[in-house]
Amino acid sequence: MVEFALPKNSKITKGKTWPKPEGAKNVRTFRIYRWNEESGELPRIDTYFVDMDTCGPMVLDALIKIKNEIDPTLAFRRSCREGICGSCAMNIDGINTLACIYGMDEIKGDVKIYPLPHMEVVRDLIPDLTHFYAQHASIMPWLETATNRPQKEWRQSIEDRKKLDGLYECVMCASCSTSCPSYWWNGDRYLGPAALLHAYRWLIDSRDEATGERLDFLEDPFRLYRCHTIMNCAKTCPKGLNPAKAIAEIKKMMVERKM
Amino acid sequence: MSFLTDRARAHGLGSAKEGTHHWWSQRMTAIALVPLGLLFIVPFAQALGDGHEAALALYGHPFHAIVAGLFILVAFNHLRLGLQVVIEDYVHGGARTVALILNMLFCALFAFGGLFAVARIAFAA
Repeated sequence: MVEFALPKNSKITKGKTWPKPEGAKNVRTFRIYRWNEESGELPRIDTYFVDMDTCGPMVLDALIKIKNEIDPTLAFRRSCREGICGSCAMNIDGINTLACIYGMDEIKGDVKIYPLPHMEVVRDLIPDLTHFYAQHASIMPWLETATNRPQKEWRQSIEDRKKLDGLYECVMCASCSTSCPSYWWNGDRYLGPAALLHAYRWLIDSRDEATGERLDFLEDPFRLYRCHTIMNCAKTCPKGLNPAKAIAEIKKMMVERKM
Repeated sequence: MSFLTDRARAHGLGSAKEGTHHWWSQRMTAIALVPLGLLFIVPFAQALGDGHEAALALYGHPFHAIVAGLFILVAFNHLRLGLQVVIEDYVHGGARTVALILNMLFCALFAFGGLFAVARIAFAA
């Protein structure tokens, strides 16, 4: 649903300012979105000060430092700290990205951190990704075959394997889908760039035998054609992938099978 | 409150099995409008200010009448397709159905109104 203002229960208020670290010379200011359902209060922006001389270079390093040393109630997802698990996706300095591979040297001034845009918030920086994952599952993200299973592996030529480069690297962090206005307004039906990139990854896999069924599933004004190629997805992708191109390729396949 | 599973929510009512035709038509009409637009607008602009008689003479000519008719049909079809996308993006619920029907009616009204005007001039000449 199109919304021009935040809902009443999402209006952001001024939060708490946490004490500065004592004796620190190189201090950086962090403004971080805080909300938890139990408090019954509106979301707020808390201000933290981090001693950069004793902090790692990435935004996630600072978040962990804040949680360890200043405020243990700050909630966020993280796991691998090297951009492969996709857990720590959040909106940092106005762009959806992975906190673990986003260097603080890339940010001017205060570091502003919000949860991924236009998602239900579970708590603080943790969005509810239930529907996002269900949409990914719906595109059948696995090899679908009818031929009897070969004695050894399903064979694939080097050229055919190369077609999966730029697609298989997606870690499903949801940065792209939550940067897409079409996903904001019609995310209930539009699959979004992440799920569609995965759909294309299986559509062009030379070993897959369900290409037709996959295209049938996507043939829909909302599931696929809400993409208007505004490229927010490609711009924000922390892994440097291009979901918009994958979606364009799906549309080309759709036309190709009609001609 | 509803206990739909996440998967059921993601699948919704299933695929509409259409969308490609709309997408392709929008692109084809856009391309067609490049030559049609030029062929329509250039003589139209030249006749501007030359008065009523000049305009009647212009569209009395079969070539210009056909170009004008095609331009009107393709342009309003393109408009309908484009507005449909905007409506689907931004209007939700029952209002979407109403908006889509109105879009179709108004585009058809203007298209056939234009065609009728051109035909009247062309056949009167």
